[in-house]
Amino acid sequence: MRAFTYQRAASPQEAALAAAGTDHARFIAGGTNLLDLMKIEVETPTHLIDVNGLGLDTIEATDDGGLRIGALVRNTDLAADHRVRRDYGVLTRALVAGASGQLRNKATTGGNLLQRTRCPYFQDTNMPCNKRQPGAGCAAREGASRQLAIIGASEHCIATHPSDMAVALRVLDARVETIDGQGRTRHISLADFHVLPGETPHIESVLEKGELITAVTLPAPPGGRHFYHKVRDRSSYAFALVSVALVLRADGSGRVALGGVAPKPWRDERAEAALPRGAGAVIERLLDGARPTQENRFKVTLAERTLAAVLAEAKE
Amino acid sequence: MRFDQPADPNAADQGRVLGRPHARIDGPLKTTGTAPYAYERHDVAVGQLVGYPVVSAIAKGRIKAMDTRAAEAAPGVVAVITTLDREPLPKARMNVVHLFGGRDIQHYHQAIAVVVAETFEQARAAAALVRTDYHQDPDARFDLAAERRAHQDDEVEPASRVGDFDSAFQAAPVKLDATYSTPGQCHAQMEPHASIAQWKDGTLTLWTANQMVAWSRKALAKAFDLPLEKVRLDSPYIGGGFGAKLFLRADAVLAAVAARATGRPVKVALPRPMIANNATHRGLTIQRLRIGANEDGRITAIGHDNTTNTPPGGGGEEATIPTEHFYAGANRLLVHRPLEMHLPESNAMRAPGDTAGQMALEVAMDEMAEKLHMDPVAFRVLNDTQVDPGNPERRFSQRHFVECLERGAREFGWSKRNRTPGGRRDGVWLVGHGMAGAYRGSPAQASGARVTLKPDARVRVETDMTDIGTGSYTIIAQTAAEMLGVPLEAVQVSLGDSDSPVSAGSGGQWGAASATAGVYAACLALRERIAERLGAEPGDLAFEDGQVRHGGETTPLAGIGGDGDLVAEDRIEFGDFRDKDYVLATFASHFVEVGVHAYTGEIRVRRMLAVCDAGRILNPITARSQVIGGMTMGVGAALMEELKVDTRYGFFATHDLASYEVPVHADIGEQQVIFLDGEDPCSSPLKAKGVGELGICGVSAAVANAVYNATGVRVRDYPITLDKFLDRLPRPA
Repeated sequence: MRAFTYQRAASPQEAALAAAGTDHARFIAGGTNLLDLMKIEVETPTHLIDVNGLGLDTIEATDDGGLRIGALVRNTDLAADHRVRRDYGVLTRALVAGASGQLRNKATTGGNLLQRTRCPYFQDTNMPCNKRQPGAGCAAREGASRQLAIIGASEHCIATHPSDMAVALRVLDARVETIDGQGRTRHISLADFHVLPGETPHIESVLEKGELITAVTLPAPPGGRHFYHKVRDRSSYAFALVSVALVLRADGSGRVALGGVAPKPWRDERAEAALPRGAGAVIERLLDGARPTQENRFKVTLAERTLAAVLAEAKE
Repeated sequence: MRFDQPADPNAADQGRVLGRPHARIDGPLKTTGTAPYAYERHDVAVGQLVGYPVVSAIAKGRIKAMDTRAAEAAPGVVAVITTLDREPLPKARMNVVHLFGGRDIQHYHQAIAVVVAETFEQARAAAALVRTDYHQDPDARFDLAAERRAHQDDEVEPASRVGDFDSAFQAAPVKLDATYSTPGQCHAQMEPHASIAQWKDGTLTLWTANQMVAWSRKALAKAFDLPLEKVRLDSPYIGGGFGAKLFLRADAVLAAVAARATGRPVKVALPRPMIANNATHRGLTIQRLRIGANEDGRITAIGHDNTTNTPPGGGGEEATIPTEHFYAGANRLLVHRPLEMHLPESNAMRAPGDTAGQMALEVAMDEMAEKLHMDPVAFRVLNDTQVDPGNPERRFSQRHFVECLERGAREFGWSKRNRTPGGRRDGVWLVGHGMAGAYRGSPAQASGARVTLKPDARVRVETDMTDIGTGSYTIIAQTAAEMLGVPLEAVQVSLGDSDSPVSAGSGGQWGAASATAGVYAACLALRERIAERLGAEPGDLAFEDGQVRHGGETTPLAGIGGDGDLVAEDRIEFGDFRDKDYVLATFASHFVEVGVHAYTGEIRVRRMLAVCDAGRILNPITARSQVIGGMTMGVGAALMEELKVDTRYGFFATHDLASYEVPVHADIGEQQVIFLDGEDPCSSPLKAKGVGELGICGVSAAVANAVYNATGVRVRDYPITLDKFLDRLPRPA
């Protein structure tokens, strides 16, 4: 871990301003991912801006019947919120499927969206990685890629986004609220928030330098029944091979997003039209254009079978 | 004392303390976080510095140059010692690769420097500033399957040959020929390798976490060219070993090098992401099993051909070991092919040879039973042997394997098992049942102890034996309490200090039987001292309730030595009758029920049962914990654990505990362990054997067989992850 300076901001705008004006600055919230990466020098910020204690840790009802979740709301608190449990069950289920109790106590809503990939080559600084070091090459594509992306990736990077929470937020049509150093706010649809790697895998979101996530907003409850099925190699404390978030309405229509398959939560509203025809039809559309490696080809089948499992469960 | 013939009834037979379920006496220290583990021994040496390892970024080649200037100039740095500063440190016999020194890179993450600073954070930050230029050697071999193809026709002297395997296999009416693979596995012990070193007055002291104090003391003396008496090791608490800490490793060597260079005590722990590649692992194997049998199920031929990785000079994972003695069969051929490769060092991990070997053998037995249309339990019962199949003159000293099988089948409800692979559903779960046998040899090693009777009748036992979480403290205290007729609470046990008598140490599951036998010998010597005091014959004394009875008299132990201590020391040495006349081994049966998600292929172990035959069980609580731990590790080996090899860069890519997954509680429903009542007089005066390695043997195969039974799909490549069978898993109706 490199030496860094540390600042506790007094307001979100001050934090954003400081980040905009400082090279190699990072916001620190729960620190569950950033600190780990700093210890192995995958992240080497020289300045940390602490955004805890800025009052961003409440969950409030919005005028349009939704919820505004402060960026610093801990995963544990979010999962346990009675409104979330009642109206956005897919979110609670996704949250408790992630990490461990201890980590969820620290991890925040905003930080969860920005967590970095668990690709083994990203995590080992001896290995070439375009995300860590643009232009270095990608060791993963022909390497240990079992966990990695089958769609939305590029020849430069096949990292997956590791979050469960974000997959649920995606089916809930969440929006990300930010502030910049000038106090300007913007609302970004989660669909647009993460960007695909293309030739610039080191760019992972549309956030500008210094822009701080202040909240995630959920529109009015979507109704329907909520499911989150996460498939992994052990029963807890593991990243998804594939996960399925599903909101299914009584008429058979619904929303589906996949985790563990792409650099971002993977959803295609057009594929959802096929829900009444079953998992095969949905996945065929949703994973159209998938380019798996030899090692992760199984994820295509697994995604379809996992959605089929959830749809079967919904029928019970 | 010598142990030259099977034990007669003796003072350890009384069962007052030994054999009883005592909670471990070191438990409170551990649950309160007050047991002093190596890295946290802040009080043992003043002015401790922290060393942080720098490790190789390549797997094979030479270092051209290292630039340490930035690191040396970094805040808090006291010294940077590189591998170029010295010739390779002489290595002990047990180590395969050199631990430090010289330009040659033998494997990825080899230690090439240690950065020493006032704080951990300073050392770590500066370590990242060391720049190294390498010359990579393109002639490197990292792919076991490719090496096996290249060497499959090599003539190899068989590890064992009995009868005429080829003809018998050819002639057998029922045959199996199947190949299995097991990946590299990491010990993944909770406490990383850690040491504090200090040089003072020409003596090197190492506070460390090491399973084999005497071996490592010797290795350290050799590395630094010191007489043995100038080296002291202290390793009282060890947070898991599983073989990872059998030998001297880089933490110890770097700490010692750094302490010498700086003139101050230095501590070094291996950071978790370095452990998989810097330290040792269970080697990869590819195993071909051939079994031939008559129609009635009797095995006539058994062949086991194992290929494994090792750095030059090592032996790899000797997976043929179980096949030598486990089942009957007149014609046998075992071939072991360690192929020299440039992955990190393969070496001992919990039940070396047997674990990986039984992952294959016990699945082959299941497949063979199916070919024979036999119950796999009955197939194993039929092929039980009470003698060494290669030398019928040698009998098993004790072998209750059939009882393990039959008792296990009864307790588990084997008769109610699913008999049609893929045929039983419970909701979305396919339910399957599997079983396997388990075999692990029961060696013993010479072991010494010193026992002191204090004037207040408290007893102190000192030995360099180690407790790696196994319960050594407790069973040693039980032994002394039993032998001297004092309560368990009156016994204080000191372990892991090389100033104490040399013990067997913790390895090869010999620790429990050997170390308690050493304490038994020392207690007998102390009883002689007491008899002298009383002017009596030792054999006429009875020790109970803190008193000695002799003739019609009763004398309290307190004060029997006056105001001073009564001290006795002895050592047990095991005669060769154990191996010459007998085969000593431990046995178990494992029964497993799994659920496999009919859609996704997710596997959950619903219940497990082990029935163990391991002589006298010295403490059913600590023994059970060991077996439960072994079963859990076996589930990991079956379903998830894999050091994933990157065959281009030559390293294990899953080198942290996020990517090298071990089981969590939610993976396993219920675990049950039954120990058969038994005593093995050939094993030790206490008639005991070890269980720590037996616990993992056969488990993975039982899980694998259950997965097959649940799904109807056989996977012969561990770990059995869903990607290996999903495309063959029938779609739910």
